[in-house]
Amino acid sequence: MADTILEMKNIVKIYSNGVVANDNISLSLKKGEIHALLGENGAGKSTLMKILFGIETPESGEIILNGKSVAIRNPLEAIKLGIGMVHQHFMLVPSFTIAENIILGVEPRKGIFTDMDKAEELSRRISDEYNFKLDVGEKVENLPVGIKQKVEILKALFRGAEILILDEPTAVLTPQETEELFIQLRRLKEKGHTIIFISHKLDEIKQICDRLTIMRNGKNMGTYETTDLTTKEISRLMVGRDVVTKFDKAALNLRETAVSIRKLEVWNTAGTKKVNGLDFDVKEGEIFGIAGVEGNGQSELAQVLAGLIENYKGEYRIFGETAKGLSIKDLRSKGMSYIPEDRMTYGIAENMDLLSNLFANQYDKEKYSGRIFLKKKPMEQAAKDLISQFLIKAGSFKTKVGMLSGGNIQKVVVAREFSDDPKVIIANQPTRGIDVGAAEFIRKKLLELRDKGCAVILISADLNEVMELSDRLAVMYKGEFSGVFKDVSALTEEELGRYMLGIEKDEGLEGIVYA
Amino acid sequence: MSITEILLSPDFLFVVLRVTTPILFATLAVTIAARSGVFNIAIEGIMLIAALVGVIFSAKLQNPWLGLLAALIAGGAIGLLLGVLVLRLKTDAILAGVAINLMASGGTIFLLYLVSGDRGVSSSLKSLSLPNIAIPVIEQIPFLGTVLSRHNILTYLVFIMVVIVHFMLYKTPLGLKIRSVGENPHAAESVGINVHKIQYIALAMSGVLAAFGGAFLSMGYLSWFTNGMTAGRGYIGLAANAMGGSTPIGGLIVSLIFGIADAMANVFQTGASLPYELVQMIPYITTIAGLAVYSLNRKKRQERIINK
Amino acid sequence: MLKSSQFNTFRTALSIAIALILSFLVIFLVSDQPVEAIMRMITGPLSSKRLFANVIELMIPLIFTGVSVSIMFSANQINLGAEGSFHLGGLVAAVVGLMVPMSQGVHPIAAILLGGLTGAVFAAIPAILKIFTTASELVSSLMLNYIALFLGNYILSYYLRDTTAGALTSHLLPESVKLQSIVSGTNIHIGLFIALLTAVFGYLFLFKSKLGYMLRISGENEKFAKYSGMNIVTVILISQLLGGFIAGVGGSVQLLGMYRRFSWAALLGYGWDAIIVTTLSKKNPLFVPLAAFFLAYIRIGADIMSRSTDVSPEIVAITQGIIIILIVAEQFLSGYKHKLVAREARLQMETEGAE
Repeated sequence: MADTILEMKNIVKIYSNGVVANDNISLSLKKGEIHALLGENGAGKSTLMKILFGIETPESGEIILNGKSVAIRNPLEAIKLGIGMVHQHFMLVPSFTIAENIILGVEPRKGIFTDMDKAEELSRRISDEYNFKLDVGEKVENLPVGIKQKVEILKALFRGAEILILDEPTAVLTPQETEELFIQLRRLKEKGHTIIFISHKLDEIKQICDRLTIMRNGKNMGTYETTDLTTKEISRLMVGRDVVTKFDKAALNLRETAVSIRKLEVWNTAGTKKVNGLDFDVKEGEIFGIAGVEGNGQSELAQVLAGLIENYKGEYRIFGETAKGLSIKDLRSKGMSYIPEDRMTYGIAENMDLLSNLFANQYDKEKYSGRIFLKKKPMEQAAKDLISQFLIKAGSFKTKVGMLSGGNIQKVVVAREFSDDPKVIIANQPTRGIDVGAAEFIRKKLLELRDKGCAVILISADLNEVMELSDRLAVMYKGEFSGVFKDVSALTEEELGRYMLGIEKDEGLEGIVYA
Repeated sequence: MSITEILLSPDFLFVVLRVTTPILFATLAVTIAARSGVFNIAIEGIMLIAALVGVIFSAKLQNPWLGLLAALIAGGAIGLLLGVLVLRLKTDAILAGVAINLMASGGTIFLLYLVSGDRGVSSSLKSLSLPNIAIPVIEQIPFLGTVLSRHNILTYLVFIMVVIVHFMLYKTPLGLKIRSVGENPHAAESVGINVHKIQYIALAMSGVLAAFGGAFLSMGYLSWFTNGMTAGRGYIGLAANAMGGSTPIGGLIVSLIFGIADAMANVFQTGASLPYELVQMIPYITTIAGLAVYSLNRKKRQERIINK
Repeated sequence: MLKSSQFNTFRTALSIAIALILSFLVIFLVSDQPVEAIMRMITGPLSSKRLFANVIELMIPLIFTGVSVSIMFSANQINLGAEGSFHLGGLVAAVVGLMVPMSQGVHPIAAILLGGLTGAVFAAIPAILKIFTTASELVSSLMLNYIALFLGNYILSYYLRDTTAGALTSHLLPESVKLQSIVSGTNIHIGLFIALLTAVFGYLFLFKSKLGYMLRISGENEKFAKYSGMNIVTVILISQLLGGFIAGVGGSVQLLGMYRRFSWAALLGYGWDAIIVTTLSKKNPLFVPLAAFFLAYIRIGADIMSRSTDVSPEIVAITQGIIIILIVAEQFLSGYKHKLVAREARLQMETEGAE
């Protein structure tokens, strides 16, 4: 019987915006096992691992390693205790070779110089020991993603990691690279290492993991032997709504086709193909929801729709006119409004006041400015109206936006985007990371606009939101739609979960386009 | 003599090496700081302060080496000061550098007057300069001897410094850490490197190199201090570093180009075929043109990656 | 306790106070008559009409470059070429004055406008380089300053030079082009009004006009500006063209108001001073005259002090440096600022809870 190597007991972590990321979580790890940590985005698994690796400190709770209670205050201490982490976003220096990245910080020396021969030898040795077959003299920037990940794993092993935390390791890998990774992991297991495998990809977890722990909304839903559960059962535990809020929706009243997408293909800045041939139409008067776990191409799709990505293949038409070659200003003048995923980077200028932030998209419209000057009184009055309409909790329109709470900042974004007489709204994770009150408010507003005849594209990883608000719902998985549902009220969470996790996929997508 | 004859004459090449010296020190100083991720615009001010401090100590102690040492300590200290301002007080690096340059510009005039009563030129300070060296065997070689021998010791040092900085950055653990901190501080942190500590070290080294450059101006070529004698060489170092891709070898090549342009200005002062004032512009125009070409190349390369 | 909105003013005042105190400390260390020196520095400019006029005269060019840099920095274009634009503005005014005869009223206007245009074109070079090659406007503008200087020297030596005069200087500027003094017994010239008008214009532009709004948003967060549909190329161009124009005007005004000949054989440094002025005025052109006045005052004060005591006037350079650092250092008093903000947030929550 394998011993327990690690215990995390009653971990509580509350972020400064009030979100309870870890709600009294306990986790127990056996030596030599590959243990999956499952959950949707926001379930709290990243936070728990950050605590284990010393990047975050919990409000309360205990960590017991090999029977001894330990305090992990920073990554260096975690490394010393034999805990290594392979992050989703690689922590490598691009211009360095593999060997240089591995020995960084613990460089072997020859006099005052770095003994690069020894460094390469040591790197080669550990690479062979785990059968990684790497050319340690190669520069990291030239390597494919799968190899980069191996380097990250080697970095951790080189520093004596007994417990390896892998954060969504296959998110960036091709199927072949994933296979290779699994072979490595099995070898690591043979050598006695313990692995925590954070993921939401059920088929992979079934393949490689011994046990799994499911997290949902900051709580531990249970630890199970992988063989004891079917993917359907896992999905049901992972994907579910604790709170079901019903919304009153007016009858569907469709008008013109506002947005039309055909054969869309988009690559991200790293060169990976994230959208793999999408087709859909959205008409005025409906909310077209796109569900899916984050990272399946939704970001890239949203950016294309908002005009932020100009390099794509396929067709994007807005009210019949092709969007290729149109500037963001042109798109906005056609009625496009965008609630960005990352409000702090794209949605606001945090050091400026509300007044300045509320009109960045419409300041040059006639009601707010003449030929040269801004019209101060109309703007200030409009600002006051928006603040009260959108229940933005701020001192006045002179308050700096950065001082507001997350929910209120999002309300500023929403107030701005919704007040410009929009005809097409792209809402990308509009209620992520904000308080319940603000979230409810924003959802009500989306419905209002839909009732007024706006075309709303709602991209959301929040089940409740996307199921309750959408008139039509498509699920995005690996850059494609795995399914589309015209009757959302008949859809269950379990079914939706299966599509989101790729367990089920439809071939023909009826109702995705209006022919 | 025709222009080509002048440009290829050993005397001219000698001058090139001489005028390249302060520029190259400045460039190397910018390079080290830049590699650690800090934009050091204060090189100009550090050079000026070092030039004065060197002269003062050399005069008071009647020893040029102690003067040099004092200059280096001053340079290193200001480098650390910049670190405190940028890393600890979170001042914008450009504004902190500008503040230091402003304080140096006025402060050196102030200090000079305080110490010697001189205004403008340190005439009453009998500062000893650092020696010029005639290298025994090389001295005899025709052509090369004239070019390479009888330079100030700091000129020989700066070219050695290129090698030293290169080795330091690429062959030592410290250099590896500096480059990692500059390229991806998260990567450095993830292996337990104290990012700020490395940056302080880099800035101190940067200050010392700049100080060498300043000391050369007041104690190598001349033996006195003049207000504003750095004449923008610190800023040229910024440009040269940018064009050299933040590498010591790249910086060497660009600095030499600048040195050639600068030497031409010297030469044409006497050989007047082009007006001196226009010739003075050549180094700066060359730098801008070079910077434009270099940046354009980099932009095209990045576009190619995205469009693949 | 303060409101957090008053925090910035408090911090600026405290920064100035600390800088002055530290400078006074240096004076104590350095001088045999420290108290007298400090008194001369503080009250010197008030001791005579002529001396106070010197303050006003020095303030004028600082307002121009201050507004110029405020506009460029507000758009986050770190173009340090105000120095060169200013220089060329003076040069072109001299050229127009000496080589293009005109009648009294039109002459200075033409000279100043051309000076401004030259400054604008000059400042556009780093902007264009940035747009087409992504080259840093900071580095290219620094290089360009020297080119401006040498160009000025060239034209001075070969086209404007008065060989009968002793030093390198131009012919006497004709009366028709000069800006007349408006306060008898002083050199305060009509350029003062132009400067103040420029400050007002700068304020109206940055804070009341559509373009200014676009510049400020883009300067704060370029990604946000782009996402909102703003054209970044326009921002880069307009900010630097306008900044260059104003600095060029400043140079022309300075020459025509304060000099009888063009003899600028070195850069005058007002471009660098502009950075201090901009920092003090928080990039708001309306506060630039105040900041410019303060800077001019302590400069003249230091000058007066140096004439009758043993302290060099350059002590002011140290004061200026400390002021910049303290005002811009975010960590300076950041702990105090957090306390203020937290306290207000708590108060707000308490009043909401009571509702």
